[in-house]
Amino acid sequence: MLHRHPRVRLALLLGPPMLWLGVAYLGALAALFVTALWTQNGFTGVIERQWTLDSFRTLFTEDVYRTIALRTIGVAVLVTLVDAVVAFPIALYMSKVARPGLRRILLVAVLMPLWASYLVKAYAWRGMFSEGGLVSSAFNAVGLESPGYGLTATVVTLAYLWLPYMILPIYAGLERLPNSLLEASADLGARTGHTIRRVIVPVVIPAMVAGSIFTFSLTLGDYIAVRIVGGTNQLLGNVVYDNVGAANNLPFAAAVATIPVVVMLVYLAAVRRTGAMENL
Amino acid sequence: MSAPVEERVGTAVSLRGLRKSFGEVVAVDGVDLDLAEGEFFSMLGPSGSGKTTVLRMIAGFEEPTAGQILLGGVDVTGRPPYARDVNTVFQDYALFPHMSVLQNVEYGLRVKGVDRRARRTQAGEALETVRLSGFGDRKPSQLSGGQRQRVALARALVNRPKVLLLDEPLGALDLKLRREMQLELKALQRDVGITFVFVTHDQEEALTMSDRIAVFNGGRIEQLAGPAELYERPATAFVAGFVGTSNLLADDAAEAIIGVPGVFTVRPEKIRLQPAGAPAEPGRCTALGVVREVVYLGAATQSVVDLDAGGSLLVLQQNEGGSVQDKLELRGAQVRLTWHREHAVEIGGQ
Repeated sequence: MLHRHPRVRLALLLGPPMLWLGVAYLGALAALFVTALWTQNGFTGVIERQWTLDSFRTLFTEDVYRTIALRTIGVAVLVTLVDAVVAFPIALYMSKVARPGLRRILLVAVLMPLWASYLVKAYAWRGMFSEGGLVSSAFNAVGLESPGYGLTATVVTLAYLWLPYMILPIYAGLERLPNSLLEASADLGARTGHTIRRVIVPVVIPAMVAGSIFTFSLTLGDYIAVRIVGGTNQLLGNVVYDNVGAANNLPFAAAVATIPVVVMLVYLAAVRRTGAMENL
Repeated sequence: MSAPVEERVGTAVSLRGLRKSFGEVVAVDGVDLDLAEGEFFSMLGPSGSGKTTVLRMIAGFEEPTAGQILLGGVDVTGRPPYARDVNTVFQDYALFPHMSVLQNVEYGLRVKGVDRRARRTQAGEALETVRLSGFGDRKPSQLSGGQRQRVALARALVNRPKVLLLDEPLGALDLKLRREMQLELKALQRDVGITFVFVTHDQEEALTMSDRIAVFNGGRIEQLAGPAELYERPATAFVAGFVGTSNLLADDAAEAIIGVPGVFTVRPEKIRLQPAGAPAEPGRCTALGVVREVVYLGAATQSVVDLDAGGSLLVLQQNEGGSVQDKLELRGAQVRLTWHREHAVEIGGQ
């Protein structure tokens, strides 16, 4: 019956997921923007459905929010850079050096942290950064002062949490790089370092950018890690959390939440040229 | 190019007892070779015969399990690829996709630290040699298969290597383009005077281009000879079969027809097909048989004849005269095959 009506079949097949994407996902995003244009009665705390740009005005005029926004972007950039630097050699070793057996083990090792709870991993880092923890002992051993809780610890923890999302695209990108290109480079007189700089890195840059989309956007939205290891520092996610919870100022929370969305849109537009979208 | 002939008599490549095994599998099983400077040398064989592994060992991509590789008399066995004066044209061309054609060709010079201006000039000349001037700014993805092939050639030749290694470089091209490139490669090799080591599984390609051919089978060299000798006087049944059609006469059939026991091969085009009643000619071997199959091939007609003495022979006749219909109607007919005694070549075992 259905095979005679390809359109009906297609509608049945795609209907539910499209409904999910359209209503639950994009609809929620639209609701977010609409909410950002409402306001909260400063006296009663009740949300008034009047169109106003007050929330955005507060956001742009008060220094504290600009500082938090820039800090958040800075942390996201650092996390992304750390992940790229750490992930590249691992992915290179996995795809071009390791034998197939070891390669499978390494792939599982990269994926395994994703099976563990976020909180467990974040608190593990809290333990390591604490007084007398692994990190501070290591720093003390070489005569340095431990960074303790703060933005450094936040960057380290987030970089650890999102590392698999950077390794996997780079690994996939390197898998697509034919070995003959590396042989050709060596054949033409290039040593390994030269081959990495001139052939491997340029070819896997789109894959790196693809990975950075994950690490960057995941960091922009995070508020838990900084609460656990960040000391008193706040990121945009914390501002959203506090306004939704304690202050019940939903419009302002929504206005803050649009910042990461806009930053991501700008970032995606910028990286589209590198061909990263084909590497996701 | 204009080097006097006396300077070109040296040995470009020497392989001494070269062996390579991958785990249990022996890919190359004791190869000894000396390639002269300026020679067009082909390694011919079926896939898995070890020819590509030998090439990769000369390039330095594979380390030999045993044996030595000498380039111009210098032992380079343990050296990495970048420390050997050879360049490779890869089967898949291996052009760098993120670089322009010009940047690809310049790569080797750039690595060696040749300054920008000299680089441009030499790369431009190399592109001119392969008739691709004006394509320098394109990306490899914007070129056809044949053009990529030429870029790969220019990228290797611009370094003026002692030896150029070519790993089935024409394999990905269609038949017409392949024939063109065969002649072009041969002409190019004559011009630049560099030793070419050419790996192929296509016997026609090897015969067309080479000064000498080594036929590989099971990791060993089965026969090493010039094209004509290889074709006219195959040393083994394998060579007879791989370079052409085997057309074997063995045991009783050989004794009955040729008069001596042994294994013989006769090339199909050397055999004359006549009516059964035609008179015998002196100096020619004669065999009677029945035509089992006739196939019209355009330029020639191919027949399979079952011999009365046992076995069968393939016969190739040029379609120079007579109607095709007459030839096709020979199916099932009694015929007489004759050939010059010298064209029955005795080969060493099966």
